Amino acid sequence: MIKHLLSMDQLDADAITTILDTAESLRQVTDRPIKKLPTLRGRTVCNLFYEASTRTRISFELAAKRLSADVINFSADSKSSVAKGESFKDTAWTLEAMGVDAIVVRHGSSGAPHQLSRWVKASVINAGDGSHEHPTQALLDLFSIRERFKDLEGLKVAIVGDVLHSRVARSNVKGLATMGAHVTLVGPPTLIPKEAESWGASIEYELDPLLADIDVCYLLRVQQERQSEQLFPSLREYAALWGLDDRRMQLMRPDALVMHPGPMNRGVEISANVSESARSIILDQVSNGLAVRMSLLYLMLGGHSEEGQALEELAV
Amino acid sequence: MRPAGRRAEPPGEFVVKARVMEPDDVRRALTRIAHEIVEHNKGTDDLVIVGIRTRGAPLADRIAAAIASFEGVDLPSGALDVTLYRDDVALKGPRRLEATTVPADIDGRVVIVVDDVLFTGRTIRAAFDALLDMGRPRAIRLAVLVDRGHREFPIRADHVGKNLPTAADEIVKVHVEELDGEDAVLIGEYR
Amino acid sequence: MTRYLLAGGRVVDPASGTDTTADLLLRDGVIEAIGTGLDAKGAERIDVGGAVVCPGFVDLHTHLREPGREDEETIASASAAAATGGYTAICAMPNTDPVADSASVVEQVWALGREAGLVDVAVAGALSKGLEGRKMADIGEMARSSARVRMFTDDGRGVQDALFVRRAMEYLVAFDGIYAEHCEDASLAEGGQMHEGERSAALGLRGIPAAAEELMAARDIELAKLTGCRLHLLHISTAGTVELVRRAKADGVRVTAEATPHHFSLTDVALDDYDPNAKVNPPLRTERDRSAIVAGLADGTIDAIATDHAPHADHEKDQELLYAPPGMLGLETALGLAVTNLLAPGHLSLSGLVERLSVAPAKLLGLTDHGSLAAGSAADVTVFDQGATWTVDPAAFRSKSRNTPFAGEELRGRVTDVFFRGRRTVAEGRLVDEALV
Repeated sequence: MIKHLLSMDQLDADAITTILDTAESLRQVTDRPIKKLPTLRGRTVCNLFYEASTRTRISFELAAKRLSADVINFSADSKSSVAKGESFKDTAWTLEAMGVDAIVVRHGSSGAPHQLSRWVKASVINAGDGSHEHPTQALLDLFSIRERFKDLEGLKVAIVGDVLHSRVARSNVKGLATMGAHVTLVGPPTLIPKEAESWGASIEYELDPLLADIDVCYLLRVQQERQSEQLFPSLREYAALWGLDDRRMQLMRPDALVMHPGPMNRGVEISANVSESARSIILDQVSNGLAVRMSLLYLMLGGHSEEGQALEELAV
Repeated sequence: MRPAGRRAEPPGEFVVKARVMEPDDVRRALTRIAHEIVEHNKGTDDLVIVGIRTRGAPLADRIAAAIASFEGVDLPSGALDVTLYRDDVALKGPRRLEATTVPADIDGRVVIVVDDVLFTGRTIRAAFDALLDMGRPRAIRLAVLVDRGHREFPIRADHVGKNLPTAADEIVKVHVEELDGEDAVLIGEYR
Repeated sequence: MTRYLLAGGRVVDPASGTDTTADLLLRDGVIEAIGTGLDAKGAERIDVGGAVVCPGFVDLHTHLREPGREDEETIASASAAAATGGYTAICAMPNTDPVADSASVVEQVWALGREAGLVDVAVAGALSKGLEGRKMADIGEMARSSARVRMFTDDGRGVQDALFVRRAMEYLVAFDGIYAEHCEDASLAEGGQMHEGERSAALGLRGIPAAAEELMAARDIELAKLTGCRLHLLHISTAGTVELVRRAKADGVRVTAEATPHHFSLTDVALDDYDPNAKVNPPLRTERDRSAIVAGLADGTIDAIATDHAPHADHEKDQELLYAPPGMLGLETALGLAVTNLLAPGHLSLSGLVERLSVAPAKLLGLTDHGSLAAGSAADVTVFDQGATWTVDPAAFRSKSRNTPFAGEELRGRVTDVFFRGRRTVAEGRLVDEALV
């Protein structure tokens, strides 16, 4: 298995399938009275979060603990060494000196995990870097879609919203394209870089004509801050033109899915009703995140690849 | 630590030195084991049959089917992948996982663990840990088709198809119809 | 030793149209003669065997960091780096701390340059006080100071207010000064980490569109027309800007332009690995832009190669890309990059190369002591081996900093000897140290 997971570029269809299949097997642990496996006993995983994130950090923390690994949480908040001026590199070296096996890193600067991987011997897992990528989110999204549709090949997925600033969008476009799905990016031109066509996706500025045909409508969070950057006139207008409300949802097929990486801005990109409707698998995404992250930790930390027996199947 | 003589990666091809059980031998052994299980348990109450992947699973299915045919009772049965509990995970690296389908409720039950070959005992140790994480059986008993000795842990089988003394560096392979097209037990080596 | 005979070199002196195998005789700080069979009595003979002998290079655009950031570079260390790179004159940019917006600061820099004594340090003065773009700096006083400032710029940023540009240009006419612009519209460029294009979209980094540079270049060209002031565009980076300059020159506007070695050597692909050493302002652009820069240097639209040498402390560059300051070193890799990417592939002739590295920048700054090998002119001479290959090793740099994306690269073209006012500053590729810091 790869040493670092920095970008979906590193995973071909076989690797993605292996990760998802393994997640499937590991999911059963959640149903047991003792929700633990001894597999990563003695390993240490550090959650290095420079950006606040409750759900992703907890998801990784639980995933590691379920596999019996030890977990350290490092949040770069006002009381941390970072507030006192410790540099990213110094923090990395400190963790290395403490002997961590893996660093799960979330950072506001795109490329920070790449830079980190050059400084440490531990495995680096990108939990979200700036606007660049969020590979584990894309993997859990693929898992969730596969659960319902069995085969990702040929599926039509619309990703709606602020693609420009979205690491979730970039990772998902790559992952879906690798698995043979077709992606359309939808939103105002100010939020969709025209270069996105080179990622293998199509671009549309109107949502309504697409709704009847798509298998998945994936909504991205539209932040308050973007309005002040003059990327669109107002959140109200955004919601009117691209928000998935009840009326729009009714245009979708009954078996089509509504997804969102969270946290949601109800009333903007998605209405409260839609988020709780039968088509919505938003909560499944969250629970699947745990299994997918367990799968990654197992595959990446579960042993020394040079001696592994079944590694031919897993090599990328 | 690997047992002495156990190679990490088989070089070359497997060459058969002897066939110690033929299909009829296997069939008779499994039938006898099925009867022994019921006899020891004084009936079929609370029995659960769990086969260890990969080849213990079809053997467990056959034992469960045999018990169903002569006792008229369909026992809960399933399969267990012990990969995540193995003590050599760190050495050998992540392997492909297969489904674990152990019946949901094993609390207070008598779990019969079925495997093809009992050798060092490490696999069975991993199976105990897995089962105990799933529930609290009243008892665990072990049924194996072949016991080839060289135990590294104090584990013994309650029901044995064939006792097979072997040299530590010999390889014992069990073939099952469901996966290999025939039932047989072979001794050989890699050349 | 004040007499040298540089024997058997390929003497390239574009100012006189010379490109021939000949000897060069230096005496008492002056070029005595070029030819064969020269009377070399008392002169130390240096066999340069086929190497190129040309006027010393002149760098229009360097950041010496002194005063203010002497941890990154000092005027002395920059001079050493410059000499090693084949330079005999450099121009210091004013974005120091304090800013060079008054006579006292420019004189200090000029004096420190003389003290280091390895290259002529010309000084550029700021256009606005504190580089804030609001109040004019002490332009006249700087022009008349001992530093004799001729180029004025707010380099590091562009001047955003058009009225300020106009007034500054008008005022400069009185001193025959050069208005030099770092073309960057702040509102379009804000937050940008690299060129805005396919790569920035894929890497999830905010980009700086080509328009941010071209808008300001176009504006300044119009204002230069209006005011008659000499305009110089610093480190141009886009195909569009090259075209603007080409048309302006054809229209007779008094505009000149420079381009850096990194802009004619690299593209935005250099950031795929998120290497902070490749982060620079203006950013590395696309292959189309790079080719246009090369073509501009070839046809003379771009007058000079200028390094924009920008030393940065290790701990500042070794940060998340978002926080790392933009800029890279340039003095010690300029010739190597120029030979490898311009001369060897045939985009520039040897004469053209020397024109861009020496003659044109010397003329622009009015440095009559540089840019020419005419008999009687100051002996500022560079000798380089255009075939020699070498590997870039930042640890061996004379600069105090190490921030270059070219570490480990094999380049072609190496400086062997440099003479500054007739004194040998570099011999066999190494600085002739005289207990220099």
